[in-house]
Amino acid sequence: MKRFLTALALASIAFSGAADAKDFKAGSKVRIATEGAYAPWNFTDSSGKLAGFEVDLYADLCERMSVQCDLVQTAWEGIIPALQAGKFDAIMAGMSITDKRKKVITFSRSYMGSPASFVVVKSSPLASLSAGLDALTLADVDAKEKAGLDSMKAALKGKTIGVQISTTHENFLNEYMGDTVTVKTYDTQENLDLDLVAGRIDAALASLSYWVPLLEGEKGKTMAMVGPKMDGGPFGNGVGAGIRQDDQELADMFTKAIDEARADGTISKLSTQWFGFDGTPKE
Amino acid sequence: MDIELMAEAFPKILSGLPVTMVLAASSLFLGFFLAIVIALLRTSRFRPLAGFAYSFVYVFRGTPLLVQIFLIYYGTGQFEAVRESFLWPVLREAWWCAILALTLNTGAYTSEIIRGGIQAVPFGQIEAAKACGMNAVMRFRRIVFPQAIRQALPAYGNEIILMIKSTSLASTITLLEMTGIARKLISQTYKPLEIFLIAAVFYLALVFIVTRVVAFIEYRLNPEQRDAARVPTAKDLQTAPIGDIDAGFR
Repeated sequence: MKRFLTALALASIAFSGAADAKDFKAGSKVRIATEGAYAPWNFTDSSGKLAGFEVDLYADLCERMSVQCDLVQTAWEGIIPALQAGKFDAIMAGMSITDKRKKVITFSRSYMGSPASFVVVKSSPLASLSAGLDALTLADVDAKEKAGLDSMKAALKGKTIGVQISTTHENFLNEYMGDTVTVKTYDTQENLDLDLVAGRIDAALASLSYWVPLLEGEKGKTMAMVGPKMDGGPFGNGVGAGIRQDDQELADMFTKAIDEARADGTISKLSTQWFGFDGTPKE
Repeated sequence: MDIELMAEAFPKILSGLPVTMVLAASSLFLGFFLAIVIALLRTSRFRPLAGFAYSFVYVFRGTPLLVQIFLIYYGTGQFEAVRESFLWPVLREAWWCAILALTLNTGAYTSEIIRGGIQAVPFGQIEAAKACGMNAVMRFRRIVFPQAIRQALPAYGNEIILMIKSTSLASTITLLEMTGIARKLISQTYKPLEIFLIAAVFYLALVFIVTRVVAFIEYRLNPEQRDAARVPTAKDLQTAPIGDIDAGFR
């Protein structure tokens, strides 16, 4: 009986999932996860090393927090459950701060703004899609924006649109166009690009910070960005570090370090270097 | 554990069951015929044919199925020439790419299972069939093939189960079979444990049915084993008169 109870206790520990809250302070060890397949946020360079905006930024932030950081590479799909299971302590992987994600994890303040946009191949009939808008904030939609959203929806009706799985972009498509378009989900953004070029999908939806550098490069030669730049609502409020809800003090440490990096121009410098535009988040 | 979420996920994952079953059934069906052809080529005495069959089996057994699926789906789409060829309407669809990869893969494995069965048929029987004046086709149809199938059935049952589970890899090329739907649900709820548990239950149920059916066919195809295996039960022994104890063995 005693043995049985011990086994039961061990099993309940094994299945409880959530890791115990750790005390984070100066000198602590912090394990940070990134995907390594989402250039220029984070990617694996030709020599197999991790590089990108977040790979530079994490080193800077860790120095400001005076903690010892380890950067680990992990698949995007399941990155939140893995955080909750205690495989690492923070996520820096181009993850937008959304209400939906806030139900399960907490975030630092945003370290980068990140509007989203559609991309099509230049030869596609959708290449002329404009919706008459330059930018669209989904949190408060006025009459003109409503008309633009509707015209965009009409133009995309019956089309197949690709997005990376578990992203704000997938949520947007399901919420706003789920009934009129076919949504195809991909495990990595790179596979999505391949299918866009191959013509298996009519359009792709992803973050501007991903599209701008891609379209400037060799791979993006045949692609064009169409429609308005969208943010707010399902797209969330910028990109931040994802952290377990138990570890609020770690989130606060990140927020403080990010505020310092915003103030002294580090984020502006890094985002210009990696994205080709200054994406320093406001306030 | 979120029981409510599991109850919600149940019908959603169930809706992917037909896709899983059609993927497995069609690739097993096509793969079986492919396997017979490959197995015959492999046992052929004409070297180039045997060599071709050997290379086919080597390539498809020697590489992971996931890599094969990716090569067929993402690989072919890279080439302008393929995209403009008559093959594109087929290769464009994730569905056909998955069936193609699964068929080629199971074809390679099954051909080895069938080859084992063919080679297990005693040579004396083939000589006897020759002596009776049967030609090669007739020998294969009447003597070799039925025994080869019987011999291969347990191993083939294993292959069927592996194929059912392999269909889950189709989710990596955007197909929404049971695993694909489960992954989508997880991306919306961030609860992998509950949702994968439900998916696992469906796979277990499917595999349970398959093992029962294969066991039944085995039982039907092997009458001599069936009778030999019958041992007297306790009841037989109790009710049988002392002198008639052998009755239990029949």
